[in-house]
Amino acid sequence: MANRIDDEMIEYVGILAKLSLSDEEKEKAKKDMEEMLDYIDTLNELDTEGVEPMSHTFPVYNVFREDVVTNGDEREKMQANAPKVKNGGFVVPRTVE
Amino acid sequence: MDLMSLTALELGRKIKAKEVSVLEAARAALDAVKSREETLHAFVTVDEEGALAQAEQIQKKIDAGELSGPLAGVPVAVKDVMCTEGLRTTCSSKMLENFVPVYTAEAVINLQKAGAVVIGKTNMDEFAMGSTTETSAFGATKNPYDAGRVPGGSSGGSAAAVAGREVPYALGSDTGDSIRQPSAYCGVTGLKPTYGTVSRYGLIAYASSLDQIGPMTRDVSDCAAVLEAIASYDPKDSTSVKREDYDFTSALTDDAAGTRIGIPRDYMGEGLDPEVKAAIYAAAKELERKGAVVEEFDLGLVKYAIPAYYVIACAEASSNLARFDGVKYGYRAEEFEGLHDMYKKTRSQGFGPEVKRRIMLGSFVLSSGYYDAYYVKALKVKALIKRAFDEAFKRYDCILGPVAPATAPELGKSLRDPLKMYLSDIYTISVNLAGLPGISLPCGMDKAGLPIGMQLIGDAFQEKKIIRTAYAYECSRGAFPAPKMI
Amino acid sequence: MSKQYETVIGLEVHVELATKTKIFCGCSTAFGGAPNTHTCPVCTGMPGSLPVLNKQVLEYAVAVGLATNCTITQNCKFDRKNYFYPDNPTAYQISQLYFPVCRNGYVEVPSGDGTKKIRIHEIHMEEDAGKLVHDEWDDCTLVDFNRKGVPLIEIVSEPDMRNADEVIAYLEKLRMTIQYLGASDCKLQEGSMRADVNLSVREAGSTAFGTRTEMKNLNSFKAIARAIERERKRQIELLEEGRKVIQETRRWDDNKEYSYAMRSKEDAQDYRYFPEPDLVPIRISDEYIAAIRARQPELRDAKMARYISQYQLPEYDAEILTGTKKLADLFEATVKLGSAPKEVSNWLMGDTMKLLKEAEKEPEDISFSPENLSKLIGLIADGKINRPTAKAVFEKVFAQDIDPEKYVEEQGLGMVNDTDALKKTIREIVDANPQSVADYKAGKTKAMGFLVGQTMKAMKGKADPGMVNRILTEILNE
Repeated sequence: MANRIDDEMIEYVGILAKLSLSDEEKEKAKKDMEEMLDYIDTLNELDTEGVEPMSHTFPVYNVFREDVVTNGDEREKMQANAPKVKNGGFVVPRTVE
Repeated sequence: MDLMSLTALELGRKIKAKEVSVLEAARAALDAVKSREETLHAFVTVDEEGALAQAEQIQKKIDAGELSGPLAGVPVAVKDVMCTEGLRTTCSSKMLENFVPVYTAEAVINLQKAGAVVIGKTNMDEFAMGSTTETSAFGATKNPYDAGRVPGGSSGGSAAAVAGREVPYALGSDTGDSIRQPSAYCGVTGLKPTYGTVSRYGLIAYASSLDQIGPMTRDVSDCAAVLEAIASYDPKDSTSVKREDYDFTSALTDDAAGTRIGIPRDYMGEGLDPEVKAAIYAAAKELERKGAVVEEFDLGLVKYAIPAYYVIACAEASSNLARFDGVKYGYRAEEFEGLHDMYKKTRSQGFGPEVKRRIMLGSFVLSSGYYDAYYVKALKVKALIKRAFDEAFKRYDCILGPVAPATAPELGKSLRDPLKMYLSDIYTISVNLAGLPGISLPCGMDKAGLPIGMQLIGDAFQEKKIIRTAYAYECSRGAFPAPKMI
Repeated sequence: MSKQYETVIGLEVHVELATKTKIFCGCSTAFGGAPNTHTCPVCTGMPGSLPVLNKQVLEYAVAVGLATNCTITQNCKFDRKNYFYPDNPTAYQISQLYFPVCRNGYVEVPSGDGTKKIRIHEIHMEEDAGKLVHDEWDDCTLVDFNRKGVPLIEIVSEPDMRNADEVIAYLEKLRMTIQYLGASDCKLQEGSMRADVNLSVREAGSTAFGTRTEMKNLNSFKAIARAIERERKRQIELLEEGRKVIQETRRWDDNKEYSYAMRSKEDAQDYRYFPEPDLVPIRISDEYIAAIRARQPELRDAKMARYISQYQLPEYDAEILTGTKKLADLFEATVKLGSAPKEVSNWLMGDTMKLLKEAEKEPEDISFSPENLSKLIGLIADGKINRPTAKAVFEKVFAQDIDPEKYVEEQGLGMVNDTDALKKTIREIVDANPQSVADYKAGKTKAMGFLVGQTMKAMKGKADPGMVNRILTEILNE
């Protein structure tokens, strides 16, 4: 089964991933993705009926922290790498109309 | 005497015996880096000032008797994927070119507690995505055995720094092959521990369910000692496992008698370079000679590991790398119109092609309508692969095989065909999917003088078995020849 | 309008849990800190940081689930919901899609003359987002992560409600239940309880659902009622005009009483959920559930019934007193100190409510202690002060939680219980008002009231009106 990735799909994935690709990059991405998906489709040769999907390999359960405040005011540190800060807030382009 | 040609434990003993001061060791490392970086480019950042300051501090602690461990005072290089407070951490990406973490990764803290002196941060494939260290935004690292070849990846900088005698040992991280494959290409010993053994806190995530930090060293003894130092139960990492045994060095006995070793037939067939194949069989024979019981068997499902891996790893990566958006840290595009344009320009300019490729694939396989067909399917295959290993480990203590199908390729050849590059991970990747420990150690050279690596895979939490077997083999093999450049 | 339409409403209710720390890190959840002063590498999404679940969050979620008749998912997990927005520093929210902690519950709410079951589809745990503030000077947005990571539960109902009354009854029920559990203060205005309304309309008698919209930014019961009415009309108008309702998220502007669609080209609404690899699964044992069930406090319905049977309160009193946990707690604490239940109820329902209303405050804002209310009631019962004095003293108790015993003594407000002194004063009043005495004897009972009033005045209000009445009658009838 050959996978086809059309322009619309590349555009859509770009919106999801917040990546804008040049036309050249888009063509390459389409080809890459089609190839990878064809390859990934080999998984369909395996019968996985009734197999439980495994996200964690080991049976580790119930890892919790106590509800105790351990952190103080570390704003300076948290903003040390910020591209732009004002009045203690991270600055971003206007979000509301 | 070239201090950097000593193993970590050898240098540690000399420091302890006051034959060498910590400062001398650190200076030796910095000098080695200075003379060899032009050829190797193993480092992204060298922290001369910090290293010398640490060295003084550690010497004081050693003199005061507060530090007496085997690694006290020994210099180390850390892959630039682990956060180091106050020391730039880039993941070899333009995105984090100026990122200075405000905290240190738990594994590095553990090393510092053991008295390690961090010399600098090593080059890698951008965000650990790649098998050659060529996807680094700061230029490729070269293989010390042949500067026209890649050191492997993604921990290529760490492998080259250790093989090139810039430092006695380094830390790497392994998501699919990233410690073991560069170790094989550079003739060093690298171990990927059982998932959950080394804390991931402070490790900048590529694929959270597969990533593990591990040692890259000159020999098996160093490997065990470093693992002993970095492994810990960390309440900050929910996937950290509280183990019973952290005394990995206790497995350093030259004893392979009765060890049951299985060689997967499906690892030794088509696609494997004949010289690599011969080296693996020779290693197996040596172990057999020492009393191991070696046989071939069918592991199964080998060809499905790579596609399952790329679905899972890319999906997790697409989510893990979404935080790089130009708001809190890292690169932000200079010009943009509005929020979404800022996101897109920042990310498109900040990430390199391989990272974008994997983020796109990961976003696609998780998107509405495809999740079950790709992601859930891959998780089911992962379960089957784990099951196949469980079956194998009912019969064997270790699985022996190659690390990579061939020795280090030439620079500039691999990235042209990503799918082919991905296929070179075929013997290592299933180990990550199943969460198992695997060690890579040199077992010969090919005609071109390039190192060949063998891999020993253990059952979950059975690091000691693979360390013992590797050590037994190493005792027969003897010291592995240094690169000619040394 | 030619056709009859039925409105179908389901609710997604977010409740901020009353934990001390955030859901995945040790930062404080306290309100009012300067921007980003309650943040750390985890809740600002620093590379390499990892989440660890706050134990208390699970406890609260399970407690709410049990109180709303849910089945607890004994193998539950967290998932990542991926979307880019500046209030979301990791670009994913840790939430639960595939295995939410509670499922298949219900609550019963009053509807018309009887009660109605509103089914709960699920309750899941998740983290709150940060806050965005518009900066007019630079025309930009400032991001504050103090709220990011505050634990939430989202309670998703089935589309079982048909009008605003039912919606509000349902919300009241949830609020009361969660407050009683101590899991949240559930204040709509402050955002610790938020309701998103999913609404569709269909022709009466139809069993298929229409296309629904989701309405956000509803900050009061009144706003919810207005938004429901407006959205119902808007959808019916669209259908009447032969147009289609578009499935979308709309934002309610309560000042303009109008909603608008929030969707843009850059919001794909494709959240790419997948299991959160940084957190391990949760296994909830039967013992854990049993322990939480055993610790479950008495909820409102049970409490109301008990007030009626145990304290012989009228149903009306019981309903008001149990209407907020604060009031009920105060009532019980005061009764426990020995005060007569009906007397306590009267003070709470009468003067307390009146003063709250005047101050535009909620019962949650009551600041006086049960000890001081009990002392006040004691002063009356012992005849130490009369009711008018008591009311004045109560105002002080209400405002400053003063000790009424001390206050009465200091201010000299205690009643004169010296019968001889009182008799003397009354005789003087009687002697000074012969006309009133004559009127009284002529059968004009009004005159009696006048004489009592004069006596109280002379006593500066510190006499027991009952005692004055008795002595006055004796003297007049001598």
